[in-house]
Amino acid sequence: MIAILAFYLFAALTIASAVLVIFARNPVHSVLWLIMAFFNAAGLMLILGAEFIAMLLVIVYVGAVAVLFLFIVMMLNIDFAALRSGFTKNLPFGLMVAFVLLAEIVVAVSAWKAGPVTGGAQPVATTQPNIEAVGELLYTRYLFPFELAGLILLVAMIGAIVLTHRRRADARGQKVSKQINRRPEDSIRMANPPVGEGVKL
Amino acid sequence: MIGLTHYLAVAAILFTLGVLGIFLNRKNIILMLMAIELILLSVNLNLVAFSAFLGDLTGQVFAMFVLTVAAAEAAIGLAILVIFFRRRGSIAVDDVNRMRG
Repeated sequence: MIAILAFYLFAALTIASAVLVIFARNPVHSVLWLIMAFFNAAGLMLILGAEFIAMLLVIVYVGAVAVLFLFIVMMLNIDFAALRSGFTKNLPFGLMVAFVLLAEIVVAVSAWKAGPVTGGAQPVATTQPNIEAVGELLYTRYLFPFELAGLILLVAMIGAIVLTHRRRADARGQKVSKQINRRPEDSIRMANPPVGEGVKL
Repeated sequence: MIGLTHYLAVAAILFTLGVLGIFLNRKNIILMLMAIELILLSVNLNLVAFSAFLGDLTGQVFAMFVLTVAAAEAAIGLAILVIFFRRRGSIAVDDVNRMRG
């Protein structure tokens, strides 16, 4: 009973948040609704017993991607009102396409019949915690794709740094050799000024 | 009882909303990227639902890979957005054809 209630709660909140992501006037609000949608989707996955993916969703999406979006939205000085100008013009066509797509998906799902899982199915062990089971699978059978995923992240990191890095003309960089070559004799002067006169610079 | 169809329905609605978001916010790349994140979220939901109901953990492993690619895509997309904004002073998609190196 509680699981059913939780499912409908999370599902309704996920869809409502997704609607508000699209229709929110302020992009900052959009990002915050996106975070809400991710949290509720993580809840849906928790009901399914996929704890690892649910936690990954919270950590990766909410902790990294959504914050990245928030950072970009706030950093760039963008006139969002001008960007919304085509919104009402696109609304009828967009809604039509969306309805057609949804109808297609509904037809496809209702025509679909689950076949038996054949080949190398990895059964879900009931005694083992989900995270242990996923980890075991990840480090044995899917080790190579797992390493490849790490490589993708590395490429993305280097790509993002290379793309956004720029050498500024007015930046005052550190000159290490000059700092190391500096001696106390060059920079310190001992003075013994008479009373009332002070030191001349 | 909650069946596989319920999860598929939620994922389908989420997917449709993501596509609708791309259609509605044709000028705002940030919102388009967010809509793509919604689409990938619905795909993940499908993978996890099938994985749970078919009793096969492979779906969850692939959901993780989708997550990885989505994070990389968001990082690169936003980096391109930042350099585009620096050059043009706006993020209107209509101007993209003027971005020549």
